Amino acid sequence: MITLVKRPQPSQFWSWATPILAVIATMIAGGLLFAALGKDPIEAIKAIFWDPILGQNAGYFRSQLLVKAGPLILIACGLAIGFRAGIWNIGAEGQYIIGAICGAWLALRVYPAESAWLFPAMIALGALGGLLWALIPAVLKVTLGVSEILVSLMLVYVAENLLAYVAFGPLRNPDGFGMPGSRNLQQYDAAHNPELIAGTGMHWGVVAALIAVIFTYILLHRHIAGFRIRVAGEAPRAALFAGVVPTRLVVICLGLSGALAGVAGLFEVAGPSGQITDSFNAGYGFTAIIVAFLGRLHPVGILLAGLLMALTYIGGDVAQLRLQLPPAAIQCFQGMLLFFLLGFDVLTNYRVKFAGAA
Amino acid sequence: MSHMLLRLDGLTKSYPGVLANDAVSLQIAPGEIHALLGENGAGKSTLVKMIYGLVKPDSGTMMLNAAAYTPAEPRAARSAGVAMVFQHFSLFEALSVAENVALGMESPPQLGQLARRIREISTQYGLPLDPARRVGDLSAGERQRVEIVRCLLQDPKLLIMDEPTSVLTPQEVQILFRTLNQLSHEGTAILYISHKLEEIRTLCDRATVLRGGKVVGHADPRAKTAKELAELMVGAELKVTDRAGRVLGEPLLRVTDLDLPAITQFGPSLKSVHLTLRKGEVLGIGGVAGNGQEELLAALSGERLSPPGTVMLRDQDLSRLGPNPRRKHGILAAPEERLGHAAAPAMSLTYNAILTGTVRKPLTRNGFVNFAAARRFAQDIIAQFDVRTPGPDVAARALSGGNLQKYVIGREVLQSPDVLVVNQPTWGVDAAAATAIRQALLDLAAEGAAVIVISQDLDELMEISDNFAALNEGRLSAPRSTADLTMEQIGLMLGGAQDMDPPAPQTEAALQ
Repeated sequence: MITLVKRPQPSQFWSWATPILAVIATMIAGGLLFAALGKDPIEAIKAIFWDPILGQNAGYFRSQLLVKAGPLILIACGLAIGFRAGIWNIGAEGQYIIGAICGAWLALRVYPAESAWLFPAMIALGALGGLLWALIPAVLKVTLGVSEILVSLMLVYVAENLLAYVAFGPLRNPDGFGMPGSRNLQQYDAAHNPELIAGTGMHWGVVAALIAVIFTYILLHRHIAGFRIRVAGEAPRAALFAGVVPTRLVVICLGLSGALAGVAGLFEVAGPSGQITDSFNAGYGFTAIIVAFLGRLHPVGILLAGLLMALTYIGGDVAQLRLQLPPAAIQCFQGMLLFFLLGFDVLTNYRVKFAGAA
Repeated sequence: MSHMLLRLDGLTKSYPGVLANDAVSLQIAPGEIHALLGENGAGKSTLVKMIYGLVKPDSGTMMLNAAAYTPAEPRAARSAGVAMVFQHFSLFEALSVAENVALGMESPPQLGQLARRIREISTQYGLPLDPARRVGDLSAGERQRVEIVRCLLQDPKLLIMDEPTSVLTPQEVQILFRTLNQLSHEGTAILYISHKLEEIRTLCDRATVLRGGKVVGHADPRAKTAKELAELMVGAELKVTDRAGRVLGEPLLRVTDLDLPAITQFGPSLKSVHLTLRKGEVLGIGGVAGNGQEELLAALSGERLSPPGTVMLRDQDLSRLGPNPRRKHGILAAPEERLGHAAAPAMSLTYNAILTGTVRKPLTRNGFVNFAAARRFAQDIIAQFDVRTPGPDVAARALSGGNLQKYVIGREVLQSPDVLVVNQPTWGVDAAAATAIRQALLDLAAEGAAVIVISQDLDELMEISDNFAALNEGRLSAPRSTADLTMEQIGLMLGGAQDMDPPAPQTEAALQ
């Protein structure tokens, strides 16, 4: 029989080396998958990891890198705080949608008024929307002991239906000739989240993501509150002994991650996406879970992991276009990354022991 | 010594990095009660595991009744006449006594017949036991009887008992000793492992002392003092704790009519607990584990809140305050479970200093952790409490139990509490470290603090406490001065008396 024995002190080196190993393993296994689909594996891996940065037309793709990485990092920072505390918000995708709807609603409501206050107010409303959506699982967990994992996940599907409803109903562009989807906020200056430096893809959401990284770092690694969050995740009884109030922690962690996801949704709808449509959400909320773990739940790691995942998104598009790889193959490829990471993590934290000889 | 039941010759067993047993030789005569003494890690468990067939020796020979004895597994050991009662029971709570006994047998007879045999054996050896009762409803002492009876049914020639009294009240201990003496008279040899030296002095004929895997001496336990035996075990002269210099002052902590529902389904609830603790006092609270010790500590540390007015420190009502506000007022605690409760296992010692130290030590500035200060505090604890570790960056779980315990106690003591509550402060700790911890608690009281020591080790409580109270099923007895308290009286206070009676008839009826 094979047993896993916990290592008393896991190696610091390996805990940072496993993400790199996981990427390499994903490339190998992904390559095999692509080969099985009849595509040239080296060509496909190159299309995913190389072409977006250094290949032809890289200029366009490079700006996309920040556009995609921004929301991933922003959401993952919030998730990481909760994950550290052992509070599992799996529904960032829903909070992202609700944040976008709330912020966009304000803009569409006051259209076409021009005010310097509009954009900040949209951000606040986006945060509030995500926060309240995330508080639903928080309240249910605190009062009735319902699993926040299930509730937050199921609320994603509620949010998606809500999104489809407003896209076809209340928020539909009245001048859109019956087409689904709202007005395009890119054409509404006061509400637009513009590219700040031309050609970089840098918008306010990316700035917010960087601020979130710094904030998360200070909170988790310098402040006593972050220390308490981490103790709560690692040793709940010790956390109680240290004075942590578990219910308060659930509300704070879910609320915070919801607010960050909501803000990410708002920046997306006011910027790169521009309008509320029924297919507005692109899975950032789920991919951010991978980003959070790939980045070791550490803000700096999340920054790097966010860029990497953004790369696989863009590279996936490139590979779809150039090699006609099915989209599912790309999603599978991203999933492998999490699979290998968690697998290698087990080996970092545990020693494999082949029983028989005691 | 011509006729020996068991003869061990040069038994050696090594694990990666440790020589657990180094050429251990030992002889046990039929009917002898032989004590195996040693600190944690001295190699006692490895030795008995080899005798019981759980572990194969690397070299050396064993002879049982003058024939080569090489048990490949416990089953072989049992059929050769060697039985063992483990410290931790392996019983199914949902099954009856008879069913549990049947599960441990090679070819169990029919349940009805077995129940009769159990009744016979248990009356014969003075171990009252009802075969129809569910194990989940039995006390720890009764559960142990199930294990013993299970062994006796196999008519063993050698019975190994690993720390059998750690879960028993003094009265239950007496019953057990009577049984063991009876077995010994009938010719069954007993290998008795314990670290309770007084017990060994009353019960055992001979003692073998292990230290670092080697036999360091044989002794006649009745001819030695407990201190001499302890020094043989530790290999160094033991300091005696110094109780001098303490004056009991004004009342500091008052617990009044404290009721608290159980934490877990099977845990006890606290029922109308009263106590008064004075400056400079050490109050010992005894009792078998699971009688409300954890609940009492949680109610005092602030992990669990109680109705207003139930926990008062001086004139402050702390009943509704959580752990950190209570720390601010001066009441600190060290829970029993070191890993996961008193300390976060995966975190460094520095972080574990922050765990409880931020309120009374300047380890944070505006909520930001001052790592230099926290590290210094951790280093202070390590230095002053002789914690053996490479440094404050080591994870808590990498420390041995005794070292981590010293760290946890040191962390609280160095915060100069007014009241310190500790649960099982020396559980699983070697003798030298245990003495150091007890002395630290006494020194703290001598400086004017008040200390509550919750422990199952009655010798420890008698050694350091001024007053003694017993916790039984969530009820705390009235404290009494330890100066004029006999073990007999303590036993009655622990409420062990009811366990000596045969099972009450209404329980039997209720089951049918």
